[in-house]
Amino acid sequence: MEQFTGKVWVLGDDIDTDIIIPTEYLALPTVEDMKQYGFSPLRPELASQISEGDIIVAGKNFGCGSSREQAPEIIKALKVKCVIAKSYARIFFRNSINNGLLLIENSDIQDVVKEGDEITVRLGESIEHQGKSYKIGSLPQNLMDIINAGGLVKAMQKRNGLL
Amino acid sequence: MGMTIGEKIIARAAGVEEVKPNDIHTVTLDRMMSNDGTTHLTVDMYHNQLKHPHIADKDKVVFIMDHNVPAENPKTAEAHKKMRNFAKENGIKLYEGQGVCHQIMMEDYVCPGELIFGADSHTTTYGALGAFGTGVGCTDFLYAMTTGTSWVMVPETIRFNLHGKLREGVYARDLILTIIGDIGANGANYKIMEFAGDGAHGLSIDERIVLCNLTVEAGAKAGIVDPDEKVVEYCKQHGREAVHMYHSDEDATFAAVYEYDLDKIEPVVVRPDFVDNFATLREVKEEKIAIDQAFVGSCNNGRLCDLRAAAEVVKGKKIADTVRFLVAPASKDVYIQALEEGIITTLMEAGAMIMNANCSVCWGSCQGVIGENEVLISTGTRNFKGRSGHPSSKVYMASAATVAASAVAGYITGAADIQ
Repeated sequence: MEQFTGKVWVLGDDIDTDIIIPTEYLALPTVEDMKQYGFSPLRPELASQISEGDIIVAGKNFGCGSSREQAPEIIKALKVKCVIAKSYARIFFRNSINNGLLLIENSDIQDVVKEGDEITVRLGESIEHQGKSYKIGSLPQNLMDIINAGGLVKAMQKRNGLL
Repeated sequence: MGMTIGEKIIARAAGVEEVKPNDIHTVTLDRMMSNDGTTHLTVDMYHNQLKHPHIADKDKVVFIMDHNVPAENPKTAEAHKKMRNFAKENGIKLYEGQGVCHQIMMEDYVCPGELIFGADSHTTTYGALGAFGTGVGCTDFLYAMTTGTSWVMVPETIRFNLHGKLREGVYARDLILTIIGDIGANGANYKIMEFAGDGAHGLSIDERIVLCNLTVEAGAKAGIVDPDEKVVEYCKQHGREAVHMYHSDEDATFAAVYEYDLDKIEPVVVRPDFVDNFATLREVKEEKIAIDQAFVGSCNNGRLCDLRAAAEVVKGKKIADTVRFLVAPASKDVYIQALEEGIITTLMEAGAMIMNANCSVCWGSCQGVIGENEVLISTGTRNFKGRSGHPSSKVYMASAATVAASAVAGYITGAADIQ
């Protein structure tokens, strides 16, 4: 079973796609150019503070709003290991899977962690934080296969060369 | 087991007799729409990542430029060029500067019972004609365009039984903002919002569009109004035939059922920065909140009835000299009709700036962007932080009549208060 440990950044409820990447930066040529503006309307400094392997913890309805796929792409480009939220908006959820960004649902952890805390995620089992364990579910295997392949297009190439 | 409208549409698209919530089905799509918000990304993936690039059925694919039209900078111009060339090379129908994508889809394509993917969250609009429209990202769109299929998990359906009629001066916009305020910004996450009852059938197709379009702001996968004769008539007027008119069975299962008396709905002003930040106009107008800009337009509220409502309010009056009043008709057809009815003249005489038919202020990067700490009252689809400009700016959401009245007053107020 895979497990990983990371430092958390804590965000609130209803983190929308315009916060994750504001419209004015969508015209930049690549996601690498855009990623410095991630979350800028809410926390302009956050994108530069995030390090590889960090974890974003948030409240309910994470990713609500537009279908812009740059939103999960930005989070992935910032090398965030996974997002843990109370719930996700559906288009963002699907776009994240399609781009190989791991999403975990948990309704308790956001209320107890503080920014900078370290947590350990045991995939499909639990989140460990300061000696306490919080249960998490697992995504269906077909979705995990897409995430592990690095996204939908790569997964389809692997599976049957359909694309 | 009875099925809901949405379940019947998915069953048809999946080629099966019956579906139930949480089933996952491979479906054949009736149509796929992509706009200039992300088409260039789809085109890049198509060229760079596919081993066998091809399009399953070009006649089912529609490209519409509406987000940054006409292009506002060289980067956008390049993205447009990419989209235009791809459409030409592959024989895909392209619309440029003809209007907001969802309005064009309604005018030219949508039929009841269809399953349509759009690379835009407000694709839920198509439920106004009894279709199942849902928004996807550009990767899902690429997959759909290449294979003609996709997978869907069957959502549960929430039913909204609407009764009676909206009072004069109260609009479908007020109704849907009230519903979203009640159930919250994720109150229908991954669910279908189905509208039925005499109150729903009393609404025009344009009013139904307003309802279905904003269901995504409650998290819905689709919003569908139970189709009736008005749908048949609309299709006929637009040269199409309504074939698959689905209705929910008597014994269909709903995740929840809500009852709304339309005559109890009152004008709404949603405060920044969340669409469910509901308040009544009655409360908000007491605060005399000064505005810098007012906007009537968008896929939610830029149709003829909305422009007409705004024109009635400003007729013979002048926009406050502290306010910019921007109006963007939802499509070229809407624009022409508004010209013919004299609506555009009335708006311009009052001091409005009329924009070409596009997403305009609602998209927040093409035109009418607002600056630091500025306040906008808008008929757009969202009021997220920084949605229409600087992160410190504020967006209030209201009906076209309330927006127009506020433009005249210089602060947020109702049409009845500026007479």
